Amino acid sequence: MTAAATLAAKPATMAQALQRAMRDAMAEDARVHVLGEDVGTLGGVFRVTDGLAKEFGEDRCTDTPLAEAGILGTAVGMAMYGLRPVVEMQFDAFAYPAFEQLISHVAKMRNRTRGAMPLPIVVRVPYGGGIGGVEHHSDSSEAYYMATPGLKVVAPATVADAYGLLREAIDCDDPVVFLEPKRLYWSKADWSPHPVEPIGRAVVRRTGRSATLITYGPSVPVCLEAAEAAKEEGWDLEVVDLRSLVPFDDETVCASVRRTGRAVVVHESTGFGGPGGEIAARVTERCFHHLEAPVLRVAGFDIPYPPPMLERHHLPGVDRVLDAVARLQWEA
Amino acid sequence: MTVQELPGAAAAYPAFTLRTDPAPLLPDTEPYRVLGLGTDSPLDPALMRRLYEGLVRGRRYNAQATALTKQGRLAVYPSSTGQEACEIAAALVLQEQDWLFPSYRDTLAAVARGLDPVEALTLLRGDWHTGYDPREHRIAPLCTPLATQLPHAVGLAHAARLAGDDVVALAMVGDGGTSEGDFHEALNFAAVWQAPVVFLVQNNGFAISVPLAKQTAAPSLAHKAVGYGMPGRLVDGNDAAAVHEVLGEAMRLARSGGGPTLVEAVTYRMEAHTNADDATRYRGDAEVEAWRAHDPVDLLERELTGRGLLDEETIRTVREGAETMAADLRARMNADPVLDPMELFAHVYAEQTSQLREQAAMLRDELEAGAGR
Ligand SMILES: Cc1ncc(C[n+]2csc(CCOP(=O)(O)OP(=O)(O)O)c2C)c(N)n1
Repeated sequence: MTAAATLAAKPATMAQALQRAMRDAMAEDARVHVLGEDVGTLGGVFRVTDGLAKEFGEDRCTDTPLAEAGILGTAVGMAMYGLRPVVEMQFDAFAYPAFEQLISHVAKMRNRTRGAMPLPIVVRVPYGGGIGGVEHHSDSSEAYYMATPGLKVVAPATVADAYGLLREAIDCDDPVVFLEPKRLYWSKADWSPHPVEPIGRAVVRRTGRSATLITYGPSVPVCLEAAEAAKEEGWDLEVVDLRSLVPFDDETVCASVRRTGRAVVVHESTGFGGPGGEIAARVTERCFHHLEAPVLRVAGFDIPYPPPMLERHHLPGVDRVLDAVARLQWEA
Repeated sequence: MTVQELPGAAAAYPAFTLRTDPAPLLPDTEPYRVLGLGTDSPLDPALMRRLYEGLVRGRRYNAQATALTKQGRLAVYPSSTGQEACEIAAALVLQEQDWLFPSYRDTLAAVARGLDPVEALTLLRGDWHTGYDPREHRIAPLCTPLATQLPHAVGLAHAARLAGDDVVALAMVGDGGTSEGDFHEALNFAAVWQAPVVFLVQNNGFAISVPLAKQTAAPSLAHKAVGYGMPGRLVDGNDAAAVHEVLGEAMRLARSGGGPTLVEAVTYRMEAHTNADDATRYRGDAEVEAWRAHDPVDLLERELTGRGLLDEETIRTVREGAETMAADLRARMNADPVLDPMELFAHVYAEQTSQLREQAAMLRDELEAGAGR
């Protein structure tokens, strides 16, 4: 961050930083169009597109008919014609109707046309739990997207990354599924718009020597809190924020694990078939001789997302993270 | 207490008016026809000659492609034999800058638009998925997931209109595809946005084995247009002159800002679904023979000959041209395509991820070891 940017920093929420990212991108590049349900007049149900229709007109920020496959499918056509659509899916579970378009077209178009027709589309998905949402409003759907070659999958955890990564995603010539942790929408930081580490780079949010917590999105603040609490137990935990699940930054993750010799992967998504399995396998394959203990996972249970009054039992919290750290075979 | 005495009952019912008059949107109750009616309404001789040549070459192309499956040169071929009038008319109504959105059955339309047949058949030969640059030809990739190309056509047409460009998208789909959600969503978006799109449904009677009666309870597929607020047109899909006329009108409407049209062309799939299908399991010969009597190539040839617009000499020249095209296609398809397995990693992302680089290195090692053995 430049000195000037630091000086101008003001308190901002993640939602505001995301809005600013789209606004700045739209101002700089007339090819950037925003479309989705309620994104125009209302500014989106989370107000992330607030003011865009007013500033750029409804042709640039468009309230579409209510049909997710249609939204993403028309975005494909717009991108074929040279636009750079930014699509908003209203909630994680309501992105599913667009799945076929995403998997069969968005992810594959560059490859099937031998690179002739890449699709620079951003699919913004408010995702994850912790906001007391009723059924179908709290899914962590990243594993579906991660398993699809051709998509980049990004999840910011900080206000600065929300802006910087979304700008990057809009500039990116590949399609990006941009997962916005909805319980962090109202998280605040002193911030001014500035570029960040590129998509595909993980960042060490907290350095430590005892063990590495590998995490992303809504679980980053949980891990940072756990790392603070761990000091009492005498553990000095490192926290790696992946920021992007695809491309995956093996280098940063493995460098950290080689330093600490122990690792726990933390995410809200289900454990079975979730991202943690892939991450644990990658770390084990690459860092086996540095490991003092098996790589552990702290994940959501393998259950459909619970009703709001029970979700706190499901979401990985500080205690569950610390319990996992305690199981990293310290006695030896 | 009667209903009239209920509190609030006196308040006026909020005004409701129809948002558009449905009457002008309704299709005719019979497919529109031009040929074989015994009338002498004028036909454009040059256009008819182009249609005729296209149909004859198209029929030969279908036969050649089917033969190539038997020789193992194509993995599969969904033939448009019997549907050539639709395929050729669709290509001919397009202007240079317009876009075609074909399905897997529509390689002929792509070829008639000017695409090299070998490039059009790349998908079905299996050496890559799309054999051409869609932007260079303004032909979207041949689309296999049913109806999913329709919203693309709408989005592209919408983007072109926002840019003020004179571009119309023509999207092709089968009768079975009209049951898909993407068909509905595409038509709805197109009508709401008044996008310059023409939807051409080739109702060829079957979706693989399933007849139309199991697909829809609508009076006709063209009638579905009314529900979206766009005009529906019903046309004889074996009558090349009629299909060209109806599609041409729809294209002009779209071009002039009049929005989308849904055209249902009633035709028949003369061959099995693909070379891998056995049509005798679900339909009888009598039905096929009845349609053979209404063959699109014969229909046009008879009409044009009768009107003196086509002579023996021209027929021979056109047929010879078709044979030359087929021989050329056969020869070129008999050459083994040159494949580079390393290309598998080349186009997944703009830049290879570290994981793909590792996997590419692994395959390269395998290939080199194999070559050394
Ligand atoms: C989404 C989807 N479901 C199923 C299929 C398998 N499939 C391929 S062609 C076909 C029949 C399509 O019939 P129709 O739309 O009438 O077109 P036609 O093949 O007759 O040209 C089916 C079921 C598919 N390609 N896509």
